[in-house]
Amino acid sequence: MIGLTPQLLARLIGLGVGGVVVQTAAVSQVPVAGANADLTPLLVMAVGLLCGSLAGGCFGFGVGLFVDDVSLQTLGVSSLVLLAVGYAAGRLREARDPEGTFVPLAAGAGATLIFALGFALVHFLLGVDAPVSWALVRQTLATLILNTLLALPVYALVHRWLQPSLPDDPRRRRRRAYTTGGLSPLSRS
Amino acid sequence: MYDKTVRRRRAVLGLLVVCSLILLTAYFGEGASGALHGVQRGTSEVLNPVQEGASRALKPVRDLFGWFGDTIEAKGEVDDLRRERDRLRTQIAREEGATVENEQLRKMVELNGALGLRDYAPKTGQVIFQSPTVWYATIRVDKGSDDGVRKGHPVINEEALIGRVTEVFGGAAQVTLLTDTTSKVSVRVGKRAAFGLIQPASAGNPTDLVVKFVPPGTPLNVGDLVVTRGTVSETSRLQSPYPQGLPIGKVTRIDNEGTDTQEIHVKPYADMRSLDFVQILTRPQGPDG
Repeated sequence: MIGLTPQLLARLIGLGVGGVVVQTAAVSQVPVAGANADLTPLLVMAVGLLCGSLAGGCFGFGVGLFVDDVSLQTLGVSSLVLLAVGYAAGRLREARDPEGTFVPLAAGAGATLIFALGFALVHFLLGVDAPVSWALVRQTLATLILNTLLALPVYALVHRWLQPSLPDDPRRRRRRAYTTGGLSPLSRS
Repeated sequence: MYDKTVRRRRAVLGLLVVCSLILLTAYFGEGASGALHGVQRGTSEVLNPVQEGASRALKPVRDLFGWFGDTIEAKGEVDDLRRERDRLRTQIAREEGATVENEQLRKMVELNGALGLRDYAPKTGQVIFQSPTVWYATIRVDKGSDDGVRKGHPVINEEALIGRVTEVFGGAAQVTLLTDTTSKVSVRVGKRAAFGLIQPASAGNPTDLVVKFVPPGTPLNVGDLVVTRGTVSETSRLQSPYPQGLPIGKVTRIDNEGTDTQEIHVKPYADMRSLDFVQILTRPQGPDG
């Protein structure tokens, strides 16, 4: 788990505010194939993968609260769902520490799916005054595809933005440990 | 050490979940003038200039992506538009005589220009924000109370009615679109006096509205125009917030026709997914309002 330094906190706040402003002022207004990409679950997923479950969960909660606040939506819905997204991405890193290049792509798809299903579930529980149609499913699928395509570049940008404040990259640490001897199972044999 | 870390992680997670649930419950339980709504309005008031600036700065990027999207969609629409053109040519030829007659009648009853937009004091605004989820169909425009915008004012684009103002700030206004699940507008369908209530056919579907409560047996046809009813009442509280005759869309199909549960599906003229400039009618009751 990564300690939350003031520098990292400042960068996370900048990322969250900037991401939500770009989302609401630009990305939400560009329909592609009848749907819009949603950067928020991707940002939260990237932070979870890079910083761990605690930071991911807190970042998800904060971004969700900010989205609900500026969009005049029901407070607490996005924060609850994005909290789960950030925590899940962080646990993925802590429990599995996946290394593949396409891990952010799969994690982005998973994050978008959790966000869409969670958002729908909370709205069902709150009561929606209109039936839900195939159009909604189609739009959700289109957003899922768009977000999956955007997951890698978004992850790369977030990584680049947070890298100066991250104490140590686990992959770099592991590679360094292997090359300097001692911890590698190969060196023991 | 590990146990302590895990305990701390779980405690923070639990705390945040509880915070979310408390916020949700409190927000849902309070009225529009409650504390949490006030916090939201305050935040929006502060962030509106930022969003407006970001929206203007990012407009070239939006336009670029929009151009790609429009080109792809336009190719798909060519066949539909050709069919529509042929149908309209026939219709125009048939109705040319009626148009002349209609024009004369309009002059006679001094209705000519009654729906001119100038009477409704329109304020043109640019969309600076669009809700990121399909569950809320809301936009924000860069005109607010400083420009005379009030809650309930109808909003149109270059094609049709798109919604109404539901929240006003100093320099911005939140508009709830017709496709939002909370939206309901009293409408007239076709040329006959068929009145009903239009609302979204389903959540997250910006191309399908449905008119309900039209009396069964009312003759209706696919292609009929749907316009605002614009009721006028002696009591100002009961007046419709929408002027009479604002176009909304056209009938695409009728389910359960002739029964009490008939539903008239309407395709809105306005594309709610790509709104750029809109007009807020700041005097919806017209010059006498």
